[in-house]
Amino acid sequence: MEEAGRLNAGEERLRNLLIRGLAGDETAYRTFLQELSAHLRAFLRKRLASLPDEVEDLVQESLLAVHNQRHTYDTGQPLTAWAHAIAKYKLVDLLRRRTRRELLTDPLDEEFGFAAAADAEATDARRDLSKLLAQLPDRLRLPIVHMKLEGLSVAEAAKRTGMSESAVKVGVHRGLKALAAMIRGDA
Amino acid sequence: MRTDDLVTMLAAGAGAVRPNQTARRFATAITWGALGAALLMGPLLGLRPDLAAALLLPMFWVKLAFVACLAAASLFAALRLSRPGMPLSWAPGALAAPVLAIWLLAAIALARADAAQRALLFFGNTWDQCPFLIALLSAPAFVAAMWAMKGLAPTRLRLAGAAAGLLAGAVGALVYCLHCTEMAAPFIGFWYLLGMLVPSAVGALLGPRLLRW
Repeated sequence: MEEAGRLNAGEERLRNLLIRGLAGDETAYRTFLQELSAHLRAFLRKRLASLPDEVEDLVQESLLAVHNQRHTYDTGQPLTAWAHAIAKYKLVDLLRRRTRRELLTDPLDEEFGFAAAADAEATDARRDLSKLLAQLPDRLRLPIVHMKLEGLSVAEAAKRTGMSESAVKVGVHRGLKALAAMIRGDA
Repeated sequence: MRTDDLVTMLAAGAGAVRPNQTARRFATAITWGALGAALLMGPLLGLRPDLAAALLLPMFWVKLAFVACLAAASLFAALRLSRPGMPLSWAPGALAAPVLAIWLLAAIALARADAAQRALLFFGNTWDQCPFLIALLSAPAFVAAMWAMKGLAPTRLRLAGAAAGLLAGAVGALVYCLHCTEMAAPFIGFWYLLGMLVPSAVGALLGPRLLRW
């Protein structure tokens, strides 16, 4: 009972943070993502016990998905159900990708790859999102670099890139979706 | 990139999100889909010539209600399936109810009819075009409903595609009701349903490929 109470309090707190974030409160949204990432890490580690090296990559992929799909959260819905469904969807997708890849690669190589990679620090992501980001075309990459990494406003980013303000906004939105597609291997 | 950096990046300038986007997207899709079906039907088929008289017949409204109930149920299913972690709740029951109701009416109509009339009740005069035309009229709604679904976050892609397809089929059939002169429950319960199931099957087939995110 006590644990259920604690769980509900945590759920309530995260849910409030997200609702404030969706209304435009950036600090609340940042806290939400931060606390959610710890939560997702524990959730995914339990389910990916055989592939500990993939956990952090999957946490990042799930966070990106939560962000890109945040408009699908229904405020009447339990937050954990929503976030877990996203993480589980990404987990299944990862396992499907791996199966497909393993069918194509030499099994000996794969085994060697496993052993070598298992030494790496488990909390480090193996896939570097900044490298993927660098591969995006300029019209998607520059808005993300200026707005999301350098923290410029829409107007400033528009001036810097010579793009219109709406093109900058669309660029950020599409760029983050393109990033998710690159992780999936679709693009 | 470390996870903390990713969090900072995602939160930077995230801004407010417009509420109710799920409902809004499907409302847009249904509007455009119905409009597209009407535009296709106008030059291609036209309204039934006796439409004014048909408005007075109960079976016209029964047919319309059957299709409308299926449209509402598939919309409900699509709304549930478009968001992660949403249980289907009573969507399967809502989908089954209008089908069972029209089958019951069909059974009664067939039981009451003479043996000679039964074939006419089932086949009508247009059984060979009805499913095809409904599928054709649902094409604009199909594109629109898949667009709506694609912009959300379905996690069961095959079911989500099927629900979006069925919604499109029902929108197409709703418009087709204004052209089609068939009024027998056995006809509606089979050929209309078949026509609506075509886009649904296509949706189920394409869902896993088109709806990934």
